[in-house]
Amino acid sequence: MGVEIRVDGLTKSFGRQVIWEDVTLTLPAGEISVMLGPSGTGKSVFLKTLVGLLKPDRGHCWIGDRDMPHLREHDLYETRKLFGVLFQDGALFGSMNLFDNIAFPLREHTNKSESAVKKIVMEKMEMVGLVGAERKLPGEISGGMRKRAGLARALVLEPEIILCDEPDSGLDPVRTAYLNQLIVDLNAETNATFLIVTHDINTARTVPDNIGLLFRRELVMFGPREMLLSSEEPVVRQFLNARKVGPIGMSEEKDVSELEAEARMGHDPGVLPPIPPQLMPADGRLRAAQRAPGEWLRAHGVTPPAGSFVDEQGRDWLEEWPRYVAERTPVAGGAGGGRP
Amino acid sequence: MTQAPERESETKPSRLAPVADGAVNVIFREPGRFFAMSLDTARAAFKWPFQWQEFLQQAWFIVSVTVAPTIMVAIPFGAILSLQVGNLIRQLGAQSQTGSTAVLAIVREASPIVTALLIAAAAGSAICADLGARKIREEIDAMEVLGINPLHRLVVPRVLACAFVGLFLNGIVSVVGIAGGYIFNVMLQGGTPGAYMSSFSGLAQLPDLYQAEVKALVFGVTAALVASYKGLTASGGPKGVGDAVNQTVVIAAMALFVENFVLSALYFQLVPQKGM
Ligand SMILES: Nc1ncnc2c1ncn2[C@@H]1O[C@H](COP(=O)(O)OP(=O)(O)OP(=O)(O)O)[C@@H](O)[C@H]1O
Ligand SMILES: [Mg+2]
Repeated sequence: MGVEIRVDGLTKSFGRQVIWEDVTLTLPAGEISVMLGPSGTGKSVFLKTLVGLLKPDRGHCWIGDRDMPHLREHDLYETRKLFGVLFQDGALFGSMNLFDNIAFPLREHTNKSESAVKKIVMEKMEMVGLVGAERKLPGEISGGMRKRAGLARALVLEPEIILCDEPDSGLDPVRTAYLNQLIVDLNAETNATFLIVTHDINTARTVPDNIGLLFRRELVMFGPREMLLSSEEPVVRQFLNARKVGPIGMSEEKDVSELEAEARMGHDPGVLPPIPPQLMPADGRLRAAQRAPGEWLRAHGVTPPAGSFVDEQGRDWLEEWPRYVAERTPVAGGAGGGRP
Repeated sequence: MTQAPERESETKPSRLAPVADGAVNVIFREPGRFFAMSLDTARAAFKWPFQWQEFLQQAWFIVSVTVAPTIMVAIPFGAILSLQVGNLIRQLGAQSQTGSTAVLAIVREASPIVTALLIAAAAGSAICADLGARKIREEIDAMEVLGINPLHRLVVPRVLACAFVGLFLNGIVSVVGIAGGYIFNVMLQGGTPGAYMSSFSGLAQLPDLYQAEVKALVFGVTAALVASYKGLTASGGPKGVGDAVNQTVVIAAMALFVENFVLSALYFQLVPQKGM
């Protein structure tokens, strides 16, 4: 079962450069969350602060009753065993081949026999599509392969919290689609809590239960997927729809003259595009964290843009949903129609 | 990690910050962090299990990068010392003591210094480059997240390997240096082999060798700690690693010369010297 992470008033700076201030959010147990933000807004720094690799200036990061930034070394190392982390560049050990890299956590932290280790490693390598590359060194493979090997290594101990820094950067669109499916399937299977940093808008729109957006040294918004996808907040709207029109410019922020010029040109942000249905586990199971489509919107009296929740086959998930749920039982108790 | 810093005007100003970034950092914080890491390493050294494999690999690696240059440096060093000291001794009319003064100079001072320089330059730079590359590839972070303390896993074996190899190198420098001195004195300067040999232990004594070995041990530990610290705090991409290696060599060499002086001074205070 996943673990909840409560981040409270977290602030981080390097010397004089404030990265972000007063970030407060809760990653609900067993849910998939995505963190977005323009390049250089400190998403990677945020992930590293969560696992206690970087010390924040202020604030807390609670995992249960343990506050990551303020743990003693021994407790910190213990608590980290809950985590599986995929670093932005894979962070494989350069002196070991892929097999040994992926086997490393098993050999360090379990007493499994070499044949059991081999079985698990091969299973994970197959999962990320790396069969046949076991004996390759990290320096001999492509960036996308390193990413996938890093993911396999992060998953090998079946962690309760999985942090992925841009799992899809450097991957082709087909691999990205498979990877997104893999994340959803893993979540259905293990109920781990996911936090994924991504620049892929399609991933951000279809995979997560929650979305967060970092911009201008603060967390602009964090909440259920439907809340952000239907939000009129200019930054959120611009980012989630990958538009040029909005407050975000090439160099982080647009200055006043740019914004005025934009206003004169009569650029208006246009209508919100439809909200896509959420990606479901491939085997047709229900994730414990699954919410009914449109649930948040109904609860908050928001009308979704026309054409929302219609998938590629033309099925309308608002209509489809009750039937879909009735046909299957949720993996772990109490989900189905979402939470109360 | 390698993004350019954001625009200055957007960051919050702070009155203390410029000082904290500059002088204070160099004078107080860095040494503070260095000693903190050294203490943590000392603590980690007693943690089970000891990383034998890493230790042996590293010891072998350090040997392989230091032995050849050490010998190449030790031979001329011994010869020069014999030449200089031999001349001086002859002018003072104490030809019979050339052997003993050469031994004294080589065993007591020359070999620890040569060892120090080679360990700082060859071993220190190699350790720093290795750890620095791992650091910027985020391997160190990954290791920590996997619940493994890099001080225990990587730094302790390197420090011990460096100390161990230091001892051994010091021995090599002494032997090779004395042999070089002998060859130079006897063959080129026309000294008598008998005199060189018989005066061998005229001034030198066994504690001279002990203190040299103690020095070599301390130098090995210091150089490895400096190199590890610099490597593990490297940042800013490949250039950052290059800078760290450069600083390692400079800082380690300076530290070793200071230590050499302190240890020599202590030795003269604590151990009575042989008279002529
Ligand atoms: N160790 C460090 N020391 C100093 N500054 C750092 C350090 N690590 C990151 N930064 C700075 O923090 C800021 C945020 O970096 P970070 O890598 O978290 O960005 P990001 O949001 O992950 O960007 P991207 O989407 O391009 O990966 C950058 O401006 C970077 O210069
Ligand atoms: Mg990043």
